[in-house]
Amino acid sequence: MELERPLPVPTPEAKPYWDGLREHKLMLPRCRACRRAFFYPRVLCPFCHASDIEWFQASGRGRLYSFEIAYQTISKVFKVKPPYVLAMVELEEGPRLMSNLVGIEPDPKRIRCDMPVEVVFHKLTDEITLPLFQPAGGAA
Amino acid sequence: MKELRNSVCIVGVDESDELGTLPHKSQLTLHLEAIRNAVRDAGLKIGDVDGIFTAGQHSPATIGEALGITPRYVDGTTVGGCSFIIMVGHALVALHHGLCDVAVVCHGESGRSGVGVSPRRDNALPGQFEAPYGFGGAPTYFGMITTRHMHEHGTTLEQWAEVAVSTREWARLNPKARNREPITIADVLKSRPVCYPFNLLNICLVTDAGGAVVLTRADRAKDCAKKPVYVRGAGEATEHVMVTQMGNLTFSEATRMSGAKAFSMARVAHKDFNHLMFYDAFTSGPPIMLESLGFCKPGDGVGFFGPGKSTPGGSLPINTNGGGLSYTHSGMYGIFPIIESVRQLRGECGARQVPGCSLSLVNGMGGMLSAAGTLVLANER
Repeated sequence: MELERPLPVPTPEAKPYWDGLREHKLMLPRCRACRRAFFYPRVLCPFCHASDIEWFQASGRGRLYSFEIAYQTISKVFKVKPPYVLAMVELEEGPRLMSNLVGIEPDPKRIRCDMPVEVVFHKLTDEITLPLFQPAGGAA
Repeated sequence: MKELRNSVCIVGVDESDELGTLPHKSQLTLHLEAIRNAVRDAGLKIGDVDGIFTAGQHSPATIGEALGITPRYVDGTTVGGCSFIIMVGHALVALHHGLCDVAVVCHGESGRSGVGVSPRRDNALPGQFEAPYGFGGAPTYFGMITTRHMHEHGTTLEQWAEVAVSTREWARLNPKARNREPITIADVLKSRPVCYPFNLLNICLVTDAGGAVVLTRADRAKDCAKKPVYVRGAGEATEHVMVTQMGNLTFSEATRMSGAKAFSMARVAHKDFNHLMFYDAFTSGPPIMLESLGFCKPGDGVGFFGPGKSTPGGSLPINTNGGGLSYTHSGMYGIFPIIESVRQLRGECGARQVPGCSLSLVNGMGGMLSAAGTLVLANER
């Protein structure tokens, strides 16, 4: 079956992130020296440049930092039918990541920056599960 | 830095023979046409060129080989569309120190037709963390900056539309511009929705085009064909690549840093400029660049646009070639605002000439406000 979304190819340093998603856990890297969480995964801390990195399970809560609504197919390899919401989420733990906002009508009058959101897990293949987000407390 | 000020001049500028939809030309052809034309504009010969500065898919070695020359100084810094603006600063340093004598900063891209184009770059990070959600084209990234700006500063779709209208007014006066029909704010707002907050007329063109700029030291510039344009100041910085990694989504730190460095080298203040060129991939770009450069406080950049201000006959003309929005935008647009700035300073712009243009700003972004380059150009020392 053809996938609706391009399949990510995990890099070794991001393996704990992708392994966690498969078990419905949103895992983030954190610096043991300055205690700050960051994203995307990398071998040194972008804040203090230490190399002592640990992984922890994030709350899955955050706010919609910014958004867009795609009215047409923009990426040829992305086959979800428009309109859909492109989302930048700022997690409670600090890092921002790109995702989709689901469970809400794709209408700029209904969606607002800083609205609280929570993670939902979207299985793509046996290997890959993606973190999507919905309005906090369930679909609006 | 002060010894760099005015030590080098731009002596030649030009585009490829044609701009637009050119399926009969490879991007190497567009690139070589632009170099040939700009070198001719300078009254020099291709054999005089001994420094090559280019970004994108062509390495400086490819261009040296294609021209049949052996440059003794090369630079392939590729940090997005502003790379060419940044490279004018790099050429300034190389020329000043005698590492080369005639530098060409050059660009060719078959952005629309894709003729002679290589496969895409490394995709490991966007491929894992952006593409699975539908991110890919530039609107899906710059829209994030724009939506957040509207949230924090109360900017509106009508205000962004004013940028498109103003820029189109200039394109109407440029015979080389692709889109020359007049438009209104209502036209922008009712143009096809692409990706909120952008309708089609908020987004730049996609064309096939080349452009080149030739530089030499001020002492030698006197012997060239046209009145030299002095590089008074140059600055650059990079901040991030992926938009999630940008510190403040509505203010470009890279832009601020590049401007501070260029203004300080040039010893100019914001009020001194009578012509501004910005990289306008999206209507929201130039206002945010004005804010980040310190022309006004965050949120007020849109106030620079509109009749009597940024438009023909206005108090501070902006994007007088018609911009990436209406003139041409091949993908890495940064060479084109430099070309326009030089032409305005020389007084070559005909119907769109800014009267008394003497000090011009060129500012551009690479990626999504990821990198930035700023130039201060003048027609007198």
